Parts: sequence; structure tokens; C-alpha cells
Amino acid sequence: MSLDSKIPSVQGRAVAVPGDDIDTDRIMPARYLRCVTFESIGQYTFQDERFDAVGKPKAHPFNDPRHRGASILVVNKNFGCGSSREHAPQGILRWGIRAIVGESFAEIFAGNCTAIGLPVVTAAAAAVRELAAFASVRPDEPVVLDLSAKTVRFGDRTVPVEMRESARTLFLEGTWDSAATLIGAMDRVRETAARLPYLAWSPGR
Amino acid sequence: MGKTLLDKVWDLHTVRELPNGQTQLFIGLHLVHEVTSPQAFQMLREKGLRVAYPGRTFATVDHIVPTDQQGRPFLDGLAEEMMVALERNCREFGVRFFDFASGEQGIVHVVGPEQGLTQPGLTVACGDSHTSTHGAFGAIAFGVGTTQIRDILATQTLALARPKVRRVRVSGNLAAGVYAKDVILAIVRTLGVNGGIGFAYEFAGDTIERMSMEERLTVCNMAIEGGARVGYINPDRTTVEFLKGRPYVPAGKDFDRAAAWWLSMGSDPDALFADNVNLNAAELEPQIAWGINPGQTVGVTERLPRPEDSRNGSRAGLEEAYRFTSFEPGQEVRQIPINVAFIGSCTNGRMSDLREAARVAKGRRVAGGVKAIVVPGSQKVQRQAEKEGLPEVFRAAGFEWRNAGCSMCLAMNPDKLKGREICASSSNRNFIGRQGSPTGRTLLMSPAMVAAAAIHGRVSDVREML
Repeated sequence: MSLDSKIPSVQGRAVAVPGDDIDTDRIMPARYLRCVTFESIGQYTFQDERFDAVGKPKAHPFNDPRHRGASILVVNKNFGCGSSREHAPQGILRWGIRAIVGESFAEIFAGNCTAIGLPVVTAAAAAVRELAAFASVRPDEPVVLDLSAKTVRFGDRTVPVEMRESARTLFLEGTWDSAATLIGAMDRVRETAARLPYLAWSPGR
Repeated sequence: MGKTLLDKVWDLHTVRELPNGQTQLFIGLHLVHEVTSPQAFQMLREKGLRVAYPGRTFATVDHIVPTDQQGRPFLDGLAEEMMVALERNCREFGVRFFDFASGEQGIVHVVGPEQGLTQPGLTVACGDSHTSTHGAFGAIAFGVGTTQIRDILATQTLALARPKVRRVRVSGNLAAGVYAKDVILAIVRTLGVNGGIGFAYEFAGDTIERMSMEERLTVCNMAIEGGARVGYINPDRTTVEFLKGRPYVPAGKDFDRAAAWWLSMGSDPDALFADNVNLNAAELEPQIAWGINPGQTVGVTERLPRPEDSRNGSRAGLEEAYRFTSFEPGQEVRQIPINVAFIGSCTNGRMSDLREAARVAKGRRVAGGVKAIVVPGSQKVQRQAEKEGLPEVFRAAGFEWRNAGCSMCLAMNPDKLKGREICASSSNRNFIGRQGSPTGRTLLMSPAMVAAAAIHGRVSDVREML
């Protein structure tokens, strides 16, 4: 893995999308899943939250010019629940977001984020509230998510963040692209397969 | 100390512990559909990789298929492109494809069990969050994203963290007109839509033990709606009997050997659980998820909660639900009118679901102005329903009878809500925009309750119609 894969920290301006239980259908409506590549999907992130039925922009942080170019997304509880569609984190990443700070994340979504090199960290509700307020009042000022120190810094504040240690290791060491790691153990994979009783009797083998 | 089923299956499939603390886990069965897989196959091509165990990956097409006109090319060019990609990928990488011509096509979570591919003791993965469905057999089954599909195709393994196990024990006899769907809606309502994060749910107790395999599939299907990526039920005689004679299940002596092994994989009586929850289902009434997530659920005789009443999730969540739905706090759920009725999906598109709905529809008429559709979960279900005369019952009552697919569950095919329509739906998600109209509204309930709503043109208590 190249040095470039290491993500010890993310620095950038922040944008907050408030609300609990924001599901992946809202992040990426199903009609934009009708595609065979992720290439052009970034533009549709939060599409139906950002535009009404006739295409008129709604008040949404992703439409707010003050947040153009923001790279740290701030969310609340259970963000990314629902469908496993990787199109949702892919859209967020291709929109320009490089890290997400929230109160909690749905598991499949968090796993997808890690798999594509998009760190997601959790923080206490009060800290998230504070960070969200900072993002909306001072949208031009930088926020620093430090994965080594497990903190997020904004203004004169430094607050602790949490991340599953296994995921944090992957970002610090630059090994979040799992394919190389997994392929490295194909002999062990074959040993494991050899002890699975059902592979011996399955007509589908 | 005994082990849970999750621990037994996890240990058996562990290739190695990774340096970061995750497990490299062998995937016993990998299921693929057209929406989340094309990019994964493309990643393989770009890396010059083959599929490591092509005999352990099976594909079908479900999300994008039109349920009326299925002639090729599809009218939707994007859907056609996805179908062509799946055909090519399966051909090129040697993956068995249950396509239209096979007569075995259907929703991936209906096809796996009916083929006997889903078996106890396996790890099952699919690029679809409702993969938890397969846990009904005592498999550890979970949804993954597209990059993880690439990993499985290339190595038949995944890097994953082991979840904790919460045992959810349900006891008591279900009243007539109360179904597995009501049980799982009540569980999600009680434990919350994010209560299961970090957990696998083991569903146990006498109510679950009495359930048929189809009912168990409905329960495990919606574990993910409670935030639990995995939901499972210990295998028993019901599981073994269901599997007997299915295409991918061994026969003869091999079957007896398999059955003995399957039964040995259940949680030990002295297994320890990270958490235990008990629910009484004897008093349960039909449930309706009325809001914008499946935890915002009430019983059919209840009124919609007031935002200050926090039993239905957070106050902010309820306020958002009312802003979106325009329903009134305190109104009776039975006052809510409907425009559309949808019976089908991976939650409730199986034979017993269609039979129960047909029982309600028989000899009655869909209310004027209501569009009602019935979509079998697979071609196999479709054929069986036709053999039993169900399409005639539904058509006589004013329902449309369609071909197999995901249909109106998720708006990736022509079956969609329009504008502010309200849909009584036997599917699994009432998220904003889920059924294809950004302003459309979804009420989740059992198939029999959907049929009842279709006939009265509003939410109704099916117990009064049986």
C-alpha cells in the first residue's frame, strides 16, 4: 500500500446536515442506482432533500454557497441507516466530503465508508451540537479531525472523538483497501474451506 | 460455558484474525443482484482478478425488473444496461444466474431459501441490507457494500468485526389476524431503529419456535430495520423439513448427515448473551408503521402519538414525521385513507403471505380509486399461486396480478407512487421517498392488513374481516 493511503487526519471546512435516522434512500434516491459505475453519482447526493418536484432548490446545507467546498460532514444519530447501497457513501465522497463526524452510524454504511477510505467518527451529542453550530456560524473556518489524537479541533475547541480501533488502524496505516490484505491469505482461505462440512456435500460446489 | 450460534458459525469460518482486530471471515454463500454488483465485477477486471469460488456465488435479477411488460430490451434503457451487465458478468466469471428463462428468477431473498442454497451454519453475504432474511435458517447473514462484494468475489472472504448477540425472546400465541410482520414491527418499535447497532439479534421463544420458515424469514428480514445487521433463529425440525428435497440440498444419507450438523449449530442451552430482551406477543394487535421509519409504529386500535410522548422514538423524529406525512398527532390510525395497496417484497412476497391476503380479498372488492397490486416474490411463488387459483381471487377483487420482482418496495422499476399518494405496503421501509415519489407516504403492515386497507380504502383492522 502506498504512503498516500494513510489518512492520519482530515482538515477542511465543515457542513452539518442535522437529523436522526437519515437513511441511504434520502442520501441517494434509488433512481440514481440505475447505473453500472459510480463515476457521476456525486452530483445526486441528497437530491430530493435539495430540490423539490419541479427542480427548485430547497434550503439544504448542501445547497448553501457558504458550504461550497466543505470536506467534513457533521451528522446526528444512526446516519446512513437502511439500504446497503454503497452509492450513498460514494456519492458523499464524490461530492467532496473526506470525513464524517456524527453521534452514531448504521453499521453497513460505516463499513462501506471504511472500505472506500472515508473515515467516520463518533462524538458525544453535545460535542456534535457544538461542532454543527460552529459549521453554520463560521463556515469559512477550518476544522481538523485528527485520527491519531482522536480529537476534532475547531475554533479554540478540541473535543474527543471515538472510532472503532480496527478501522482507525486501517486509516493510520493506510491499509483500508482490504483486497490486498485478504488476497494475501489465499492458502489459509483454502484451508478454511476444506474444513467446512457443507462444501463437501453441497450439490452446488 | 456454551456458545451461541453466532460464535459457532463465526469460529468455523474464521480464516485468521487480522492485525487490526477484525476477522477475515469465509463466506459460505454469496448472492448477487444487478444493482450493487456491476461496479464490483468491474473492479475485478481492472485488477485482473478472477472469482475465487464461482460455485459459491449465485445471481438473480430483481430490483429493476418491470413486473408487467418483461420483454427485452426493457423500456428503461438504464435498467436494460444493468441487466446486460449482469448477464455478461455471470457468463464471464462463471456464476450461476437465475434469469427469467430459468423459471427460478425472483427476489434474491426469496430465491436463496427456495433453492435450498440458504442453510443453517453458513455465512451468507449479499450486497443488500435485507440479507439478514437468511438468518431464519440459522445462518449468519448480512448485507455488504459493493467494495466488499469485490472482496468476496476475489477471495470468498471479508474483513469484519464480530458482533455481540442480543437474544430477543418472544412468547405467547398470536391472535388470528396477527402475523410475523406484526411481531417484527413490534420488536423494532420497542428496541428502536438504532437499538441493534453492534448487535446480532437471536430471535427465540415459543412464538418464534411455532413459526413456519416463511414467517421466520419475515422476522429476520427486518432485523436490519432495528439496526441489527444480522438476525437469526436457531435451526430446528421446521428448518430441516423445509430444506428436504430442495435443489441445492443433499439427498439420502448426505441429507441425514447435513441435518445432524445443522441442528448441532444452534446456540447451546448455557450460551451467554450480551443482552436479553423479552416480549409478550399474546396481546399483540396488527401493527402499522405510519411515520418515516419502521420504528414509528402503532397498533391498529391506537392513535398516532403526540411528539411529547417519547415512546415512539425521539421528539424531533416524530415532529419531522408529522411535517412530512401531514398526519395529525392523536388521530386514529384507522382514519388514514390510502390510494395504493402493495402486496409483495422480500418481507412478504411468499406463498403464505399471498394466501392470507387472498383470504381477505376473496369475495370482496377493492375500494373505488385504490390501485392495488400483488407481486409474487419469485417465479416459483408465482407458479404455485397460479396452481392454487390465487390470481383469479385477486383479480375478481380488483387487484392486479404481476410478475416476480421487488416492484413497489423501492422504486427502481416502473412501479412507483405518484405525488402525495399514501400506500398500504407489505414491504419493509417507510423512508421518505422510498416508494418512488419524494413526497409519497408509506404505511407498513402485514399482507392481510394491506388487503383489508385496499378493500376499505383506509387503514382497517383485518381481525374484523376473518
